[in-house]
Amino acid sequence: MWILGPVGFTAPWILLGLVLLPVLWLLLRAVPPAPIRRRFPGVALLLGLTDDETETDKTPWWLLLLRMLAVAAAIVAFAGPVLNPQVREPGTGPLLILLDGSWADARDWPRRIERASALVEEAGRDGRPVAVVRLTDRPEPPAFQSAGAWEGRLAALAPHPWIPDLGPWAEALPEGRFQSFWLSDGLDHPGRETLLVALESRGPVTLFQSPRPVLALRPAGFADGAVQLTALREPAADAVTVEVLARGLDPAGIERELARATVEFGAGSDEASAALSLPPELRNRISRFEIAGVRSAGAVSLTDDSLKRRKVALIAGRAGREQLQLLSPTHYLRQALEPVADLIDGSLQDVLLASPDVVVLADVARLTQSEQDAILDWLDSGGLLLRFAGPQLASSDVSRMTEDPLLPVRLREGGRTVGGAMSWGEPKTLAPFPEGSPFHGLPVPPEVSVSAQVLAQPDPELGQRTIASLADGTPLVTRKAVGQGQVVLVHVTANAEWSSLPLSGLFVQMLERLAVSTRPTAPDAADLAGQVWVPEVVLDGFGTPRDSGEVAGVAGERLAEGTPGPALPPGLYAGTDRRVALNAVGPETELVATTWPDRIPVEGLEATEEQALKGAFLAGALGLLLIDVLAALFVSGRLGSGMGAVRGAALLACLALGAGEARAQADPDAPDDTFAVEATAEVHLAFVQTDDAQVNRVAEAGLRGLGLRLRERTSVEPGAPMGLDIERDELAFFPFLYWPVTASQPMPSAEAYSRLNAYLRTGGMILFDTRDAGVGGGSTPEARRLQQLAAPLDIPPLETIPQDHVLTRTFYLLQDFPGRYQNAPVWVEAAPPDAQQAEGMPFRNLNDGVTPVVIGGNDWASAWAVDERGMELLPVGRGYAGDRQREIAWRFGINLVMHVLTGNYKSDQVHVPALLERLGQ
Amino acid sequence: MSDILALRPRAEALGQALPPLLASAEHLAATVILGEHGRRRAGMGDEFWQYRPAHEGDSARMIDWRRSARSDSHFVREREWQAAQTVLFWVDGSRSMSFSGDRAREPKSDRARLVALALAVLLLRGGERVGLAGEIARPRSGRSQILRLADALADEGASDYGRPDLAGLVAHGRMVFISDFLGDLEAIERALERAADRDVRGALLQVLDPAEEAFPFDGRTIFESMGGSLRHETLRAGDLRTRYLERLAQRKDRLATLARASGWHYHCHHTGQGALPALLWLYRALERTS
Repeated sequence: MWILGPVGFTAPWILLGLVLLPVLWLLLRAVPPAPIRRRFPGVALLLGLTDDETETDKTPWWLLLLRMLAVAAAIVAFAGPVLNPQVREPGTGPLLILLDGSWADARDWPRRIERASALVEEAGRDGRPVAVVRLTDRPEPPAFQSAGAWEGRLAALAPHPWIPDLGPWAEALPEGRFQSFWLSDGLDHPGRETLLVALESRGPVTLFQSPRPVLALRPAGFADGAVQLTALREPAADAVTVEVLARGLDPAGIERELARATVEFGAGSDEASAALSLPPELRNRISRFEIAGVRSAGAVSLTDDSLKRRKVALIAGRAGREQLQLLSPTHYLRQALEPVADLIDGSLQDVLLASPDVVVLADVARLTQSEQDAILDWLDSGGLLLRFAGPQLASSDVSRMTEDPLLPVRLREGGRTVGGAMSWGEPKTLAPFPEGSPFHGLPVPPEVSVSAQVLAQPDPELGQRTIASLADGTPLVTRKAVGQGQVVLVHVTANAEWSSLPLSGLFVQMLERLAVSTRPTAPDAADLAGQVWVPEVVLDGFGTPRDSGEVAGVAGERLAEGTPGPALPPGLYAGTDRRVALNAVGPETELVATTWPDRIPVEGLEATEEQALKGAFLAGALGLLLIDVLAALFVSGRLGSGMGAVRGAALLACLALGAGEARAQADPDAPDDTFAVEATAEVHLAFVQTDDAQVNRVAEAGLRGLGLRLRERTSVEPGAPMGLDIERDELAFFPFLYWPVTASQPMPSAEAYSRLNAYLRTGGMILFDTRDAGVGGGSTPEARRLQQLAAPLDIPPLETIPQDHVLTRTFYLLQDFPGRYQNAPVWVEAAPPDAQQAEGMPFRNLNDGVTPVVIGGNDWASAWAVDERGMELLPVGRGYAGDRQREIAWRFGINLVMHVLTGNYKSDQVHVPALLERLGQ
Repeated sequence: MSDILALRPRAEALGQALPPLLASAEHLAATVILGEHGRRRAGMGDEFWQYRPAHEGDSARMIDWRRSARSDSHFVREREWQAAQTVLFWVDGSRSMSFSGDRAREPKSDRARLVALALAVLLLRGGERVGLAGEIARPRSGRSQILRLADALADEGASDYGRPDLAGLVAHGRMVFISDFLGDLEAIERALERAADRDVRGALLQVLDPAEEAFPFDGRTIFESMGGSLRHETLRAGDLRTRYLERLAQRKDRLATLARASGWHYHCHHTGQGALPALLWLYRALERTS
């Protein structure tokens, strides 16, 4: 290599080509740019004109310079220029290669192995003996062997998922001179100074350190309803964003990415956090977090039970009773469970749909048959039903004679009270928990006392079902298995009415033991001690989870130390009743960068790296040649038209963009509140616009007339009727829709149907009018169209309007409902089959709510229709009978609107006599 | 033999090109006829035009006795002027007319033929006799003349620049020259002189491509005429622009002067514009000269 200043050349003799440049200059200069041939009739006018200058006969000097530069750059490029060439002095004597081999090495392990094998190969060429040690192994004196012996073994080396302890290695080093090459992972490990000094005393030391940052992930915690993730990095450089993936099994049992969080390191900060809010179903599935794209055990964090939270449904018997909060049967449960479990509220049927892990029934005595069946099904699949006693349970006759399937024992009537004002004896304390009870081992605080309880009937099975009892031997907590699940009864209340148990810490521990709640995040040493923890999953240095295979179990004391090592690889350790995750990076771990003494040369971190410039020079030459193309075009006058095309294209692009913006501004889908404001400022009667303009006009006029009568006669004062496009307009603003059916009406889209169904379900009413006088028994084109239109609608069973329907009396007393036609049947939602007519009542006790649809063919809108001046628009009937018919039609309309707006109010009026009678007393 | 064999495909290609040319010419003519133009004046003809009071110099034969009997004065029955005029076209078919400065623009010859044929359609509808200078399409009236004209217009000359052809010139007739007038100016001068001698007046329509007006060239260029007979090489075409434009303006000026001197009309038309203005100008020009 030939070195010139900071640049070296690998093939310097090619530079001789530069001598040819002046020759090229002469050659190029002699050749003018080629002329363009143009056909041009105007040449007749050009004849005889001469050029002012003759200079452009030759290539202009700047174009020549450009070309010379291009050629020179190419010549230099092929001479192989290298910036900051490094010339290494070959070493002598044995060579010791040290690899940290920790998880921090794993991110660029192949590069380290490559570097190490290059060193081994080089030593092999020089005939030097080599030893390679991985510092995470147990310290043992390195064996210097021939390089050939090491070449095969290097590839088999893998990093360990823990950090090395370097102190013992200093003692293990052999005597004698040797050169050392240390591939450090960039983190400060214990005993590094000692080892470095020991190595230096044997010979020169060279270091290799990767400039890439080390990324690590601390164990995930749970706080404020979200999973808290903390990532570390070293060194702290520019702001960077890393993705953290949450992995776990999906319902099919296949491991996949469940969630993804973004952690943003600020510039100069070495720690960053993110919160990941997940539904509990998803969160409980997560088995590990890992930093995306980093293969290192430090970037993987296994999760254990501490992240898992159970879903607990709380159901109180006396819900709805106004009372002090502290007396609420679920208050203490709620307080105890809120931080460690996800609580579900609602009716029993509803919460079972959410498949909770635990259902707590606080003083619920009687369940309906369907609820009981649902709970039994749920218990069979492994649920836990936790029941608390209380006044209701004590006073009910549940589980008196025969054992209730949802209670573990039979109960004696009335329960008992001890230590009260009217009883002898002191309040009872708890007996120590017997062996075999899930509460075994929990300390019994003496201040916990029980003053009242429900009593279990003596039974042969009572003894084995009792898992906690009072000092006098009365069962306090009983349990039985149902299917795969279990039923637990606490014989006292869940509030402090009957005992002080809910006030004590024991209550929380008992809930925890019953697996109602989960443990606090960090297991302390006392929890872990005394057990052998068997690894279920272990991580290798690259962060890949592996089956533990034959890794031996570890003692709890060792696990409690929390530092992984050769005997304790990071992984998931299972004890008797819980699993504990041990991660390469613990919650307290800090990443500390190594600072090497100045005398040690560090490779891989130098500011001036060797850099081949061949590519840059070739690219430069190519770029210059490209410029030369443009310049040559310019000189020969061919650039102008091309530039024109470019300008035209740019202009077109601008126009296209401008048009796009203009369209965006006129976007009809942009949210517009004017319709909503208009529709909600007043009550509006609305009709569905059909494809027939005449029908639309009549419908509008009809609703206008109906609105006029409503204004005259009732306190309903509707605004102008509105025609709706059911494909587009929001329906929820309108209490009542009039839908004239035409035979040719197009079917609404699926979205329109879903909005119509939502409208019907939430209390809207649609009056379908086939306008065919009901002739033909539903076989007119309109009636057939109505059947097609209404098929996807969520319409309840219908019946012809009964004599005692609430529509007959919401404002006027009516018995027929004419429009322009009479006597066509009118259909409404059918009354429930068990509707009873109470004695002495003129009406049946009918269904609540408003019928969602009224269907008929009387062409009501035509009868209602008035023009702008309020005059009737269309003739109805003849003479006085016709006027009467129109009047009744209006009355029907008023009844209908009243029914929509007041609901079952008139239906409730049947109870007025009874209410009056009661008030009189 | 080979000529005959080659003739048929050429004729077919020509036939394919003709209908649109004819149609567009008709279309142009229709737009004009709907306008203000009409032959509303008294003259020789068969159709009744108007009665006018007889005055000194009207012979007794001219008096319409039937009309005069209805009043006290004498009236003369005038007939509408229906005398046909002969209009001869010379449309430059030389190679230089096939130039187009832009691929999207039609060559000058297309525009020249289109305008000429459109005007011919207009004139034929007006009952004039229309023909092409030369032997192929002698002046005739009637719609079938359109086809003959279209056929004759399709002929392309072989020379680089066109020279006016006055064969078939009718005395006191009208003549229309459509060309780029970039060739020899002497020939045009002579043609105008000859025409003026025979009391023929008319219009000169110069059809130029916008590129010929702007001279948008630069750099080292060899300019060749369309046939290749003339060539001029320059190293900096851009430098020639002002001098070229000067010469072009001189030439236009010369043409305008020539036309004025012999009672003709001169107009310069660019293929960058639509064809209608040129047609309108020609129509008006012929109206003024007649």
